[in-house]
Amino acid sequence: MSAPILSLSGVEAYYGRIQALRGLSLDVGEGEIVALIGANGAGKTTTLRTISGLLAPARGSINLFGESIVGMRADQIVRKGIVQSPEGRRIFPRLTVLENLRLGAYARTDRAIAGDFDRVLSLFPRLGERLKQKGGTLSGGEQQMLAIGRALMAGPKVLLLDEPSLGLSPILVDTIFNVIADVNRSGVPILLIEQNARKALQVAARGYVLETGTIVKSGPAATLLADDDVRKAYLGED
Amino acid sequence: MKRVLPLVIIVALAFVPLLDRNASHISAYADTGGLVLLAFGLNIIVGYTGLLALGFAAFFAIGAYTYAFLASPQFGIHLNFWPMIGVSAAVAGLFGLVLGAPTLRLRGDYLAIVTLGFGEIVPQVLQNLDKWTGGPDGIAGIDQPRLFGFGFGFNPVPYYYLYLAIILVSLWLLNNLRHSRIGRSWMAIREDELAAAHMGINTTTAKLAAFSLGAAFAGVAGVLFAAKLSTVSPSGFDFNTSVMILAALVLGGMGNLPGVITGAVIIGLLNFLILPQATNWVQTLGQQMHIAVLASVDLNQYRFLVYGIILVTVMLFRPEGLIPSATRRAELHAEASSGAPAQADG
Repeated sequence: MSAPILSLSGVEAYYGRIQALRGLSLDVGEGEIVALIGANGAGKTTTLRTISGLLAPARGSINLFGESIVGMRADQIVRKGIVQSPEGRRIFPRLTVLENLRLGAYARTDRAIAGDFDRVLSLFPRLGERLKQKGGTLSGGEQQMLAIGRALMAGPKVLLLDEPSLGLSPILVDTIFNVIADVNRSGVPILLIEQNARKALQVAARGYVLETGTIVKSGPAATLLADDDVRKAYLGED
Repeated sequence: MKRVLPLVIIVALAFVPLLDRNASHISAYADTGGLVLLAFGLNIIVGYTGLLALGFAAFFAIGAYTYAFLASPQFGIHLNFWPMIGVSAAVAGLFGLVLGAPTLRLRGDYLAIVTLGFGEIVPQVLQNLDKWTGGPDGIAGIDQPRLFGFGFGFNPVPYYYLYLAIILVSLWLLNNLRHSRIGRSWMAIREDELAAAHMGINTTTAKLAAFSLGAAFAGVAGVLFAAKLSTVSPSGFDFNTSVMILAALVLGGMGNLPGVITGAVIIGLLNFLILPQATNWVQTLGQQMHIAVLASVDLNQYRFLVYGIILVTVMLFRPEGLIPSATRRAELHAEASSGAPAQADG
């Protein structure tokens, strides 16, 4: 792996007095999908909130291209290129698909926006058919595509996906994971957070297993898929 | 049609003082214009950004008193009316920031309560700092505008045209603002503040801008109000006034400028023209028929009864307001936006 694009080291974060992250370290390298798996309450979403600047880490470093982003505001971090598609999709339900996508590019002033718009529509032809429709009228899978498309409109250097398969039917889950692979093939590194550990590890190059705020296992996704502990705890096998 | 109709309305409004020679009518129309400006301001905060702020009349008071301090015998300062429109807008806008900054983390009912408190504090301060503000009596003898040597005085007609001109400029401004970067960021915050932050919107700046700009509109309305009446007193800026402005927004349709104007015009005319007129008619009738109850009736006392009936009726039959924005309509008719995002813990 070349020098990491996004790198967390020894990150600790608290909600009030409760420690949610206990010295978490992870890297996302160029062009790779990294899966972060773990049970409810392990700290997956907290990790993303901390990277996105919504929660300030008490200790540890978070670097993008070697430059610290700790202490930056959420909007500044988006401008630096770390873009999150939040859990539960959080599209703007009463705005049209087009307005949703345009808001994705809110922080940008460069000339590549039109090109990215075309790229999003070629990744998600369904969105192109529904540009005038209100976001809330889309199906769950389409809404997830819109959420990812909206994040891509920000021109991310790293894309953070929080539970993209949440609340989707099994067929749509497959579709969404194909979409994630497509997005990645177009050159965007992805940090993927999932409860669906099997799917996440199948699509990812590497994986981290998070338990009570710290990484307990990491390695190539194929190795984790074959790991006994991981199989028992996260893949529902004996 | 869409472009012609506003033009027809504007031309028609310009002719109103030529057709209606009754000064008290024109005065009522001008005061209605003031309510339109106030509703524009509150619409930025409540309609565009989705922050429920009560006590908006406080900014109206701050605008009016700023002008009263700087253009009356109170301190012997007599600054020119025209630049004072900008100065009072700026002062009210600054107070918008002062109120906005500590309330950034609040939303919904909590924000409503804090802003309500602010709305109560301002008139109280004005009432009790009598050394400067003249206490409950307020400040009288406020300078009235002059334009090219023509003094406005107490003639309502020039004020009517002034309101009309400022409303038109505001409309142009708001229309552009609505589709600007800041307008889109307000809309995103209203829809989903967390998602807005993920879009790289600085929600702090956007919310402060909404408060400040909304308050500035109230500041402008305050200057015109103080100049037209040539006097200000704390009682003109109480909670009732805040409720009246909010009622205009709810009635007409929040977030949509034609709706906001419609609501403000209906509430304004009701308040400034219809109820006082109806009172006159009923009293005259009572005197002629020698019915003491009717002769001494004051329908103005029942204005909140009338607002109440109107608002309840609107809420029952048209909760999105008379002329709503498309998004607002979708919000209140759930079948159009059923795919609410699933929430689960991660």
